[in-house]
Amino acid sequence: MTQEEIIRPENKIYSRPELLTDAVTHYCPGCSHGVVHRIIAELLGEMNLADKTIGIAPVGCAVFAYNYIDVDWIEAAHGRAPALATAASRLNPDRLVFTYQGDGDLSAIGTAETIHACNRGENIAIIFINNAIYGMTGGQMAPTTLLGMKTATTPYGRTAELNGYPLAITKLLAELDGTCYVTRQAVHTPAAVRKAKSAIRKAFENSTAKRGTSVVEIVSTCNSGWKMTPDQSNKWMAEHMFAKYPLGDLKNV
Amino acid sequence: MPKVQGAVVIDQARCKGCELCVVACPTDVLLLQPKEVNDRGYHYAYAASPDACIGCASCATVCPDACIEVYRAVEK
Repeated sequence: MTQEEIIRPENKIYSRPELLTDAVTHYCPGCSHGVVHRIIAELLGEMNLADKTIGIAPVGCAVFAYNYIDVDWIEAAHGRAPALATAASRLNPDRLVFTYQGDGDLSAIGTAETIHACNRGENIAIIFINNAIYGMTGGQMAPTTLLGMKTATTPYGRTAELNGYPLAITKLLAELDGTCYVTRQAVHTPAAVRKAKSAIRKAFENSTAKRGTSVVEIVSTCNSGWKMTPDQSNKWMAEHMFAKYPLGDLKNV
Repeated sequence: MPKVQGAVVIDQARCKGCELCVVACPTDVLLLQPKEVNDRGYHYAYAASPDACIGCASCATVCPDACIEVYRAVEK
């Protein structure tokens, strides 16, 4: 068969999801945010939730998420996405409300909002992108930064004496009674992307069925902050990040 | 056994040349342009050996910019 014979509408098995806008993302080449945006757009399309979804955008690299996924969005103050999501889901109980937050947003400035929203068991889904660094502001140390990891503010590597220990906040959230589904995924290989997609699907289903708070942590890369190529940073993540942040379900009730 | 053949169409203007699709492809179909760049200055991906494509969509699954379309057909 020639290429022309294969490239026909009836043979198409994958194309850009309709809910992604035509805007070219501002993310660096190879950024995990793009993959997670894409799978969220695919899922909302497949689950027919486009008109029933309210997304809460964070402060961080994903602050412009509302330019890329064509659903209703609210932009929260730094770290306050779960508080805003609480209001949105209580005022609009028929809507799917999800937050999309980075590690600086969710596990540093927004720790209180995150823990209390999860403890109250709000019917929201939290998508947590953990790249162990403050990506947008130039790669400073975050609470999730690994011990020994070099960042702009820890040029000799993070030490426990000076900077404390990395915070595995997803593990904390799994202990709370309000959460119904807490899982940790990654998007570095095709298989991992498919698993992450089914985890986010489950989180969205839990939210629409009012089962409580679902948290999906995506262990991610920040290749420009880590000063590596996208492929190198994926390998570095698999080698170093998964030791502290092992993948899998932490809670599933 | 019927032969399954695939094809990829890459939106080269949107591609940022991150090379994740090149790494993900199990049959080494894709490469980055060694010299050519798109309007944004990125060495975009292209199908260097399109006949090897099996249409598994691994490249599209890992693409952060959703710029790959995948087609698959079974030879009759």
